[in-house]
Amino acid sequence: MSGEMAAFILLAAVTVIPAIVVVTSRNIVRAALSLVPAFLGVSGLYVLLQAEFVTAIQILIYAGAITVLILFVIMLTAGGTGLPVRQVNEQVPLGIAVAGALAGGLLFVLLRARWPVVSGEMPRYNAKAIGTALLTNYALIFEVTSLVLLVSLIGAIIIARKEGS
Amino acid sequence: MQLGLPHFLTLSVLLFSIGLYGVLTRRNAVAILMGIELMLNAANVNLVAFNRYVSPGVMPGQVFALVVITLAACEAAVGLALVMAAYRSLETVHVDEINLLKW
Repeated sequence: MSGEMAAFILLAAVTVIPAIVVVTSRNIVRAALSLVPAFLGVSGLYVLLQAEFVTAIQILIYAGAITVLILFVIMLTAGGTGLPVRQVNEQVPLGIAVAGALAGGLLFVLLRARWPVVSGEMPRYNAKAIGTALLTNYALIFEVTSLVLLVSLIGAIIIARKEGS
Repeated sequence: MQLGLPHFLTLSVLLFSIGLYGVLTRRNAVAILMGIELMLNAANVNLVAFNRYVSPGVMPGQVFALVVITLAACEAAVGLALVMAAYRSLETVHVDEINLLKW
């Protein structure tokens, strides 16, 4: 077994086990904090895939910003976080069945398909290549994304503020 | 055994299914948003893995992964603001109790 494979198995465990805690834990704060190792495991997978810029962004935005945002909202909506409160609805067996069926179907399709895999290395200095791509071929996507970001931030502020103030 | 595309596809399918299970079974709206974040992460793993194994040398997969990360941040901000607004007017964050529009 190569070192790459061992690293992949380790990172997969670091990703999947906290992800299961996220969806099953009765304590909502523990679920939110389990998001951090899951996101860090995914960023380790990006390192394995030679995508170091996406790794940095993943750690900054997911592990840093989104988790803190979720923890703040849990703190502000304290009524729903107590341990005695039932955290799952009555559709657990159905949810397991749907998620399992989707996983089986997707694995069946994805692992049978023949992908046009080519061997080759990613360019060194990913950030430079991504920056060039964003400002040439994908300039429109870049601009529209920034517009969506602006609109959603203004929307979030307007939705979340107090009425009449 | 060489590390390849099928390993990453399997992992992302697992992560997506776990997230879907969370979205389907959780009552707390914040926990549902956490499940959605897991599903978006699974999609990102797929994008970057296909970029690495199918078209190394050009960057479309990583660019779209960055776009998805940005939109996930937007979605989290707007979704959590909606949760805050619902909590302020209805005193609950449990989606099975937010049923004003239900007959």
